[in-house]
Amino acid sequence: MPETTFTNATQVLEAFKGIKKVTIEEYFTSGHRTCQGCESALVMKLMVKAAGPRTIVLGSTGCMYVANTTYYTTPWVVPWMHTQLGSSGAAALGTAAGLKALMRKGKMKSEPINVIAFCGDGGGADMGLNGISATLTHKEYNSLILLYDNESYANTDIQLSGLTPYGAHTTFSPPGSVKRLIHTRWKKNVAGMLAAGHTECRYVATVCASFAVEMMNKVRRALTIGGPTFIHSLDPCPKGWDYDPMLSHDLGELAIETGIFPLYEVDDGLLKYYGKTKAIVEGRKRKPVREYLLKQGRFAHFTEEDLAYFQAKVDEMWEKWEIPGVVPFKRLEAAKAALEVK
Amino acid sequence: MAVATKTAPAVAEDRELLISGSEAVAEALALADIDVVTAYPIRPYDTVMQAIAKKIANGQLVAEYIVAEGEHSQFEVVKHASTVGARVFCGSSGVGWAYAMECLVVTPPLRVPMVAMVGNRALDDPGAFGVEHNDALFVRDLGWMLVWIDSSQEALDTTLIGYRLAEDRRVFLPLAISADGAFLTHSQALTLVPPKAKVERFLPPYNRGDLLLHPDNPITVAPQANEDWVIEIRRQNNEAMARAVIVIEEAYADFRTIFGRGPENPWFEEYMTDDAEIILVGMGTISLPIKVGIRNMRAQGKKVGLVRLRWFRPFPTDRLVAALSKASVIGVIDRDYSFGSPFGSGVVANEIRAAMYNAPKRPPLVSFICGLGGREVTLEDVYKVTDLCYNAAKTGKSDTKTHWLGVRE
Repeated sequence: MPETTFTNATQVLEAFKGIKKVTIEEYFTSGHRTCQGCESALVMKLMVKAAGPRTIVLGSTGCMYVANTTYYTTPWVVPWMHTQLGSSGAAALGTAAGLKALMRKGKMKSEPINVIAFCGDGGGADMGLNGISATLTHKEYNSLILLYDNESYANTDIQLSGLTPYGAHTTFSPPGSVKRLIHTRWKKNVAGMLAAGHTECRYVATVCASFAVEMMNKVRRALTIGGPTFIHSLDPCPKGWDYDPMLSHDLGELAIETGIFPLYEVDDGLLKYYGKTKAIVEGRKRKPVREYLLKQGRFAHFTEEDLAYFQAKVDEMWEKWEIPGVVPFKRLEAAKAALEVK
Repeated sequence: MAVATKTAPAVAEDRELLISGSEAVAEALALADIDVVTAYPIRPYDTVMQAIAKKIANGQLVAEYIVAEGEHSQFEVVKHASTVGARVFCGSSGVGWAYAMECLVVTPPLRVPMVAMVGNRALDDPGAFGVEHNDALFVRDLGWMLVWIDSSQEALDTTLIGYRLAEDRRVFLPLAISADGAFLTHSQALTLVPPKAKVERFLPPYNRGDLLLHPDNPITVAPQANEDWVIEIRRQNNEAMARAVIVIEEAYADFRTIFGRGPENPWFEEYMTDDAEIILVGMGTISLPIKVGIRNMRAQGKKVGLVRLRWFRPFPTDRLVAALSKASVIGVIDRDYSFGSPFGSGVVANEIRAAMYNAPKRPPLVSFICGLGGREVTLEDVYKVTDLCYNAAKTGKSDTKTHWLGVRE
């Protein structure tokens, strides 16, 4: 049986030890037409730079499809293929399964090829969630699903998604004279949900391109560890968030420093906080959320009451959650206390 | 591709097995050495996935067998596996096929030569397991090739022919093989299963060529095109469908040479049509009661024949027109519906009306809808159809009404 020569190995991608050690080659180059200050385009560039040339990328519908690939021009140096809006999970699984089948049957030269499927917040956390969930249970297929979260359907005119923050102004949630807030749902906790619910998925992480080396190293870890893996990237979006494009990097930092978006990884079940999130866990004071929110036009209609509500919800995830910033169950002591009250 | 010129060598004889239509497809899939298959449960097509699972469990087939979390992912997974060079199989029934619709849409323009089985089933609501052809017909305009079969043998043979056809670089389009729910998916018949050596001579390996998605061939597939290029891409699909006509003829001819069986006319089966005054037309297993009815009516001197349409896409316009023009009256029996359509007819009747429009001789056409939701089509139904066709023969005019048979009025 040719199966015996097939190992299902992954590429071994060691972490870059500092910015000067990052490889110079680019696999996402000119040929796209993303906005000035687009952090998601930076995520694409860093993602595939971290992965290297022996990589196949699948891109589900969204701005990183439409703005990146226009017929007869492409920024992708590695093989790239479109997949449907809710299909990042299936695309990763199908590509990995096809390669595996052909290699184990001796129909294709056996070598580890990275498979990365990306999706936006709408394609990933709304429409494609069931497909991603399924793929994360297929432990025999190596792939990475990267969710680039610019917090709206940014390709179709900025409509709210399940990952749009509470109260944000989008074209589906305009503030009005009678109803100030249309969007009153709290953002889904995607990485925490996927890590907690898929016990054989060996790697789940959150990243922000403001911390580029850390972000690339998490991609490299996800591709090296084997099996299906997931990364959630928070990407400031000048068009959707309504701010000066020069602030993209700063807003990414502020999202971490305010504690709104924690940076962590769950590596073979071990939780590790990163950078400024780690400092928060170790006691550094979080910046007030207003410093982050009021730099963005999408929150310009917020009253003091709205800011206080937002702050209270963020406080809760650090002070009340069983695993701060990750798992939203109430702490055991709180649960016990609640039982005693009854 | 000149496989037909090779002579058949002395190899192991065919095995004869008592198997259902679904099991016959699974036999063909093992012979075709498929690489990736995705399953999701819905009756009645799921019997093929059960049969494949057994084959994989017993080592008769080495393939990635993925149970998806819904039909949408089910079809997307194999679509992507096909783009990296894997031979793939998928399938569904009824609303399951509808749930996959977005993925069915993208498969032809991506030129993915997937073979799928549709176990034809009524659409919800209300829930019904029985056969209707509306599920497979969803994709009739989209670049899927569509074929209807009526026996286990034809299920096996058409699956092998299907891969040869779909994976021909002149075509590179997906194919849906329709098998009537229960009547074929679950009904057993003696079926000849050929040895692998014969199949290898008929079916070359899948070669995706310069469309292969691989680091050695770093292409960008399906970038956003808009008005600049979309109409040219649609035109390419249309031309592939036109070329499929030639490839179907070739594939059936080679199949007959290598396997020693199979129809001379791939497109439709003609049953007692040579001298027929009335020619009935239908697709799938409805052929069985019609053939019995025809034999009985012929004993009474009524000259009735049947054209059982196999290929619906590409539609065999010229050959079908030639065959039907011989009749005094054409009676088309649809196991589907198209509410609000011209004359309220089913899909097949209106396709045939359109095909006959330029014909020099246009016999009157009478349209029927029956057997919906898997209701049995009885001999009485067949006799009634024939009587109504003879009425049209007397007047020499097409009936503008569509007759629903076996309905409680």
